[in-house]
Amino acid sequence: MATVETRALTKSFEADNAVDGIDLLVKEGEFLVLLGPSGCGKTTLLRMLAGLETPTSGDVLIGNKVVTWLPPRARNIAMVFQSYALYPHLSVSKNIAFPLNAVGMHGHEVATKVDEAASMFGIKHLLHRKPRQLSGGERQRVALARAVVRNPVVFLLDEPLSNLDAKLRTSARDELQQFQRRLGTTTVYVTHDQVEAMGLGDRIAVLNKGRIHQLGTPLDIYNDPADTFVATFIGSPPMNLMEADHTLLGFRPEHFLPHDVFGADRDVTPFPFTVTRIEHLGADRLIYGTLEAPNPAVKVISRLPSTIPMPIETGTRYEFAVRTANLKHFDRETGVKRAGAGT
Amino acid sequence: MSSAVAQPRAAKSHTPWLDDELRLGRILLAPTVIYIIALVGFPFLLAIFYSVSDATVGSTSLHFVGLHNYKMIIEDPTFWRSLRNAIVFTVVSQVLVVVLGKILAMALYKDFPGKWIVRLLILLPWVAPISLSSIAWLWIFDPVYSIINVSARALHIIGPNTWPIWLGQPDLAMASVILVDVWRLLPLATVIILAGLSAIPQDIHDAAQVDGAGFWRHLFMINLPLVMPIMLVALLFGIVFTFTDLIVVYVLTRGGPFDTTQVIASYAFFTGVEGGDLASGAAISLFLFPVLVAVAIVFLTMAKRAEVT
Amino acid sequence: MARPRYGLKRWLLRGGHVLILAAFVTFLAFPFYWMVLTTFKETKDLINTHHNPFLFNLPPTLDNLRILFYDTQFGHWILNTIQVGVIVTVITLVLAVPAGYALARLTGRWSQRLAIGIFLTYLIPPTILFIPFSRIIGDLGLQNSLWSLVLVYPSFTVPFCTWLMMGFFKSIPRDIEEAAMIDGLSRLQAFVKVVVPVSTAGILTVVIFSLTLVMQEFVYALTFITTSSNYTVSVGVPTFLVRGDVYFWGSLMGACLIVSVPVAILYNVFVDRFVAGFTVGAVK
Repeated sequence: MATVETRALTKSFEADNAVDGIDLLVKEGEFLVLLGPSGCGKTTLLRMLAGLETPTSGDVLIGNKVVTWLPPRARNIAMVFQSYALYPHLSVSKNIAFPLNAVGMHGHEVATKVDEAASMFGIKHLLHRKPRQLSGGERQRVALARAVVRNPVVFLLDEPLSNLDAKLRTSARDELQQFQRRLGTTTVYVTHDQVEAMGLGDRIAVLNKGRIHQLGTPLDIYNDPADTFVATFIGSPPMNLMEADHTLLGFRPEHFLPHDVFGADRDVTPFPFTVTRIEHLGADRLIYGTLEAPNPAVKVISRLPSTIPMPIETGTRYEFAVRTANLKHFDRETGVKRAGAGT
Repeated sequence: MSSAVAQPRAAKSHTPWLDDELRLGRILLAPTVIYIIALVGFPFLLAIFYSVSDATVGSTSLHFVGLHNYKMIIEDPTFWRSLRNAIVFTVVSQVLVVVLGKILAMALYKDFPGKWIVRLLILLPWVAPISLSSIAWLWIFDPVYSIINVSARALHIIGPNTWPIWLGQPDLAMASVILVDVWRLLPLATVIILAGLSAIPQDIHDAAQVDGAGFWRHLFMINLPLVMPIMLVALLFGIVFTFTDLIVVYVLTRGGPFDTTQVIASYAFFTGVEGGDLASGAAISLFLFPVLVAVAIVFLTMAKRAEVT
Repeated sequence: MARPRYGLKRWLLRGGHVLILAAFVTFLAFPFYWMVLTTFKETKDLINTHHNPFLFNLPPTLDNLRILFYDTQFGHWILNTIQVGVIVTVITLVLAVPAGYALARLTGRWSQRLAIGIFLTYLIPPTILFIPFSRIIGDLGLQNSLWSLVLVYPSFTVPFCTWLMMGFFKSIPRDIEEAAMIDGLSRLQAFVKVVVPVSTAGILTVVIFSLTLVMQEFVYALTFITTSSNYTVSVGVPTFLVRGDVYFWGSLMGACLIVSVPVAILYNVFVDRFVAGFTVGAVK
């Protein structure tokens, strides 16, 4: 177990900064998720933590020691790749034993540790197979077993669930979290899937264009986005944004409800709007529409739970509103959250 | 286990050479580069140097003679004849190779029972040592026992008293040499073009079929344009192999009759090695170089285009 | 009405397909059929113009092969060829495999240009190089020695095989080496312990390719080797079995068959990978 830290870490390819001066501190035993769209620099950042890329400037620290110039093998870390990167010419047991053999461990000790790791992931019956004879889920478990076998101080995971089908992904997510809690090993996890990030992370770092836009718990990030990028990247559908009085006003679709729902609550802001389209998702309805005067004619979305059975038709104007406490204010130029406003 | 791991290292010091990828790359590459410079680059420069000297096989002394050898070559009618022959030889055989290779590749594209053995038979000419298989052709072209003549006579294609001497009559000799070269290079061109055909996604064929393209339309609008780059590759290799080849000519005709099948490569060999005049031989062989440069330029352009897309 | 016509068209197409294939197979394989026939025919049978040349008019004979093995040094030439082939192949592997890896992974921006540069040297033919080489070999005192061939042959095997291995290594996912490096190996160890074992097919292709080229090579061997006991197959057979105007047809054909057919079978297995080497850059 160790902390992982970056100091002004920068990586440029050609003229672009893929990673642009990132300062990050991952606490001991923490499960930190790097979340962002593709090309945001999250994988490059992870690869610099692993030592697979050399930073252009800045430093990487693992366990309070500068490891910037150490090769990957000297960092005592483990990494699970998106493709799992199993060694195709080796059996499952040799794959798991590989990191142990690489540091000169042999014989009985290796066998015991491989056995331990294999039973942890329930793959003991697969030990003699070759990777090509395994299913996607089995490969993922082998990759995890190979990662834990040498007791690394840090786990690095690069979208390890994205090659699984949707059903498996949910159960794999659950197992992943359980084993991380059990081992208590510091973990950095890269994904572009916000559901994964929200479900797994102790904290999430939201990245875009090589910078961290916000670092916080899943709830913080959802409820209190630091800027319009985070506000619109997290949440599905994303937060509604409209211009008002030189600021950007934001509200989540599930907070944008018919006026009647709020009952006697006085502290609400009305937003009349005309419905253009309705999507029935089962548990809720997504209502697409355009705001009416006095607000600018902006397209907005409401997420209406099925517990509100009010009939809604397209082409009709409805009185909707948002609880004023749920309105977020962002700077119109920079998109950054206005201090103290709206919370 | 972690003793090596825990060793502190001074921050920002250079990584050990084993982990410095650029340095490791240079170390892994160096033997090959040195070897190529020593055994391709250096002899090539030496060839240029010989071509402006009076080097012979027997004597160890050599003097700089300027462009004398080139002047002699340019005034030598045999050289011009060889150059013309080499061009005819290369152009005719490569046109045939590419056209026939395309047809054969299309015939081999579909799966059919026994494809394995057909492919094996078709590959044979490329695999057999050309010096030996040319002798087989020498036997097939034999003035007395030529199986071609015997068969043609039996089928009444030629009269009982005509005796075509395949390698002895100027026009037939060139045709024979070209035939053997086509025979030899057709397998390579075919498998290269076949690889190109197989690389076209099935979707495109399906789309063309749905869009109502018939056989010829499909061939000229879809098939040929998509295989063109790879046919060019086959053609480039074919040109290099044919233009610089001397074995077929050496074994079949030794350049004869009356130098009608003499090509630059064989002429360089007869002059430089058998005739002992290293300097002239080197100068003659260097006339191959402009063609190779042209091929290289085409190749580079293609590589660049492949890199861009 | 439409169905029978469709059926006829299909039959015509299939018939055309078979005809085209038959024509090509006849053209390409006929000389080998002819070699088989000639090898096992008695000379008397061969030169009797009244006999049907496609048949054995006299019983098949092994005399021609007997001449090949007992009256020439054919066995010796095969051994020479194998000896040169093996050494050249080892040299080729030692040079081309690491170089191919370096070009595929380690040389950064320069790799593309360097790779093309190395490949282009493959286009400089023996026809230009044999004249200077004949002098260099003489100066090194290697004339008439098999070592001259060992020295020179890698000049055409190495560039192509480097190119071939580069393409092969590029097709291996980087993840696997990176995983090995994280699991405790250096880059060099990852190359030796993970990349090379995964590349056996590519390495086998290089082995077969360079053995074949050595077996076929003619010009250098003809220029450098002067004693019959040092000949390789491709030079020994035509030099020894052609005496002025006298050709030992049966034995010549037998020799060609013996060396070609085993290699053709090996080649057939690896031809796709071999073609991939020629077409790197043209097919995406």
